[in-house]
Amino acid sequence: MYNFKFHKVDNIQDAVAILSTSEDPKILSGGHTLIPTLKQRLSQPTDVIDISNIDDLKSIKNNGNKITIDALCTHSQVAKSIDVTTEIVGLASMASQIGDPQVRHRGTIGGSIANADPAADYPAAVLALDAQINTSSNSYNSDDFFVDMFETAINSDEIITSIDFKIPKKSIYKKFRNPASGYAMAGVFVAIFDNGIRVAITGASIKAFRLHDLEKKLENNFSVDVLKEFNVDTTNYNSDIHASAKYRGNLVKVLLEEAVAELV
Amino acid sequence: MAKIDIKINGKGYSETIDDNILLVDFLREKIGLTGTHVGCDTSQCGACVVHVDGDSVKSCTTLAMQVNGKDITTIEGLSEGDNLHPIQKAFQNNHALQCGFCTPGLVMSAVDLLQKNKNPSEDEIREWFEGHICRCTGYKNIIKAVQEAIA
Ligand SMILES: Cc1cc2nc3c(=O)[nH]c(=O)nc-3n(C[C@H](O)[C@H](O)[C@H](O)COP(=O)(O)OP(=O)(O)OC[C@H]3O[C@@H](n4cnc5c(N)ncnc54)[C@H](O)[C@@H]3O)c2cc1C
Ligand code: FES
Ligand code: FES
Repeated sequence: MYNFKFHKVDNIQDAVAILSTSEDPKILSGGHTLIPTLKQRLSQPTDVIDISNIDDLKSIKNNGNKITIDALCTHSQVAKSIDVTTEIVGLASMASQIGDPQVRHRGTIGGSIANADPAADYPAAVLALDAQINTSSNSYNSDDFFVDMFETAINSDEIITSIDFKIPKKSIYKKFRNPASGYAMAGVFVAIFDNGIRVAITGASIKAFRLHDLEKKLENNFSVDVLKEFNVDTTNYNSDIHASAKYRGNLVKVLLEEAVAELV
Repeated sequence: MAKIDIKINGKGYSETIDDNILLVDFLREKIGLTGTHVGCDTSQCGACVVHVDGDSVKSCTTLAMQVNGKDITTIEGLSEGDNLHPIQKAFQNNHALQCGFCTPGLVMSAVDLLQKNKNPSEDEIREWFEGHICRCTGYKNIIKAVQEAIA
């Protein structure tokens, strides 16, 4: 691995200061995406800023109608949290399906959302649970956050600090794992709120997205029958060595049927 | 260069290291603890698993400086002299290794599983080993070893 300067900070201000004065800096949380990219030299920062000692970014709070998860919470912490397992079953289940136990011990929610991998699991939860993403200087609505493949709305001197997830009446995440990498070949998140239904898909396209037309249909009639008649539009779906767009479209349909069947 | 103060298998170390050295290379090359292996270097195989403050993690995907100040346990820290740890004994009893390359990581992972879940089902054991690859045993005897260690 080529060389960089390592910084360890214990508060957000120091991290932002180094971020805005270094030539080509990178934030480091769990490192389970960044370190593999450093090894492959896909990223060659001058400065790596390890924020994992910032104790203010490590808790999960239940605020009645939403759960706030700080950026440094690990996938295993989210999967086991009493607040998440009781209030947002789909989110806890999603976190427990990321990678393997050792990856979940180090990988963080902030790192995953900042990275915006098209096959990552969290983006589906962010969209379906109408989350708000809070950073060191701003906050974003879920629908404005994922911009493109590996690209989010945040600026290069911003640090994600926490994510607010709305508490739904019911929620579920269904995923078809890539057998080699564990990432989603397709993943579907369905959340039922008092005022509507949200359906988000990950793994199928260049970024996670919602199925607005299906949401409306399910709001009128929440049943598997609706899905039987539903045509998945695969125009913008990925075709790669793992699966064709058509195959991914079929996965999405099957996963949605399973998800709805379990929620009714 | 950066300064690291770290506890490994109960012993304190203070060293000056490269900013970019991986935890696994630090353990093997600087400290001389070569029981922790590198099988893939791409976070897939689990041969490099050690404990950081009690949790099993992949040391090929962790910078040494990330765990500055923490408490590390490697495979060398499990036995007491010639007395093997119960999981090591169970692996030996059940022929849960052939070449042994993957074994240190699997043992460290199994120890972590049993400290978090005293009585895992076969499915839970198999799921826990998701991040490990063994090219020799076919896994059956590894599962049997963990089951013997529970009993
Ligand atoms: C073997 C393996 C299997 C995996 N399987 C899955 C899977 O099935 N599903 C899945 O979704 N993911 C999977 N992952 C990815 C894993 O979830 C990562 O942990 C996660 O994507 C990134 O989190 P991190 O804390 O490790 O981030 P890091 O690697 O530390 O950072 C990732 C990126 O985000 C930036 N960043 C980090 N934190 C912040 C912040 N707070 N604010 C702004 N920018 C930030 C960094 O600069 C970097 O660019 C897997 C990883 C591995 C190694
Ligand atoms: S060497 Fe770390 S997972 Fe293979
Ligand atoms: S015993 Fe040879 S790789 Fe597992």
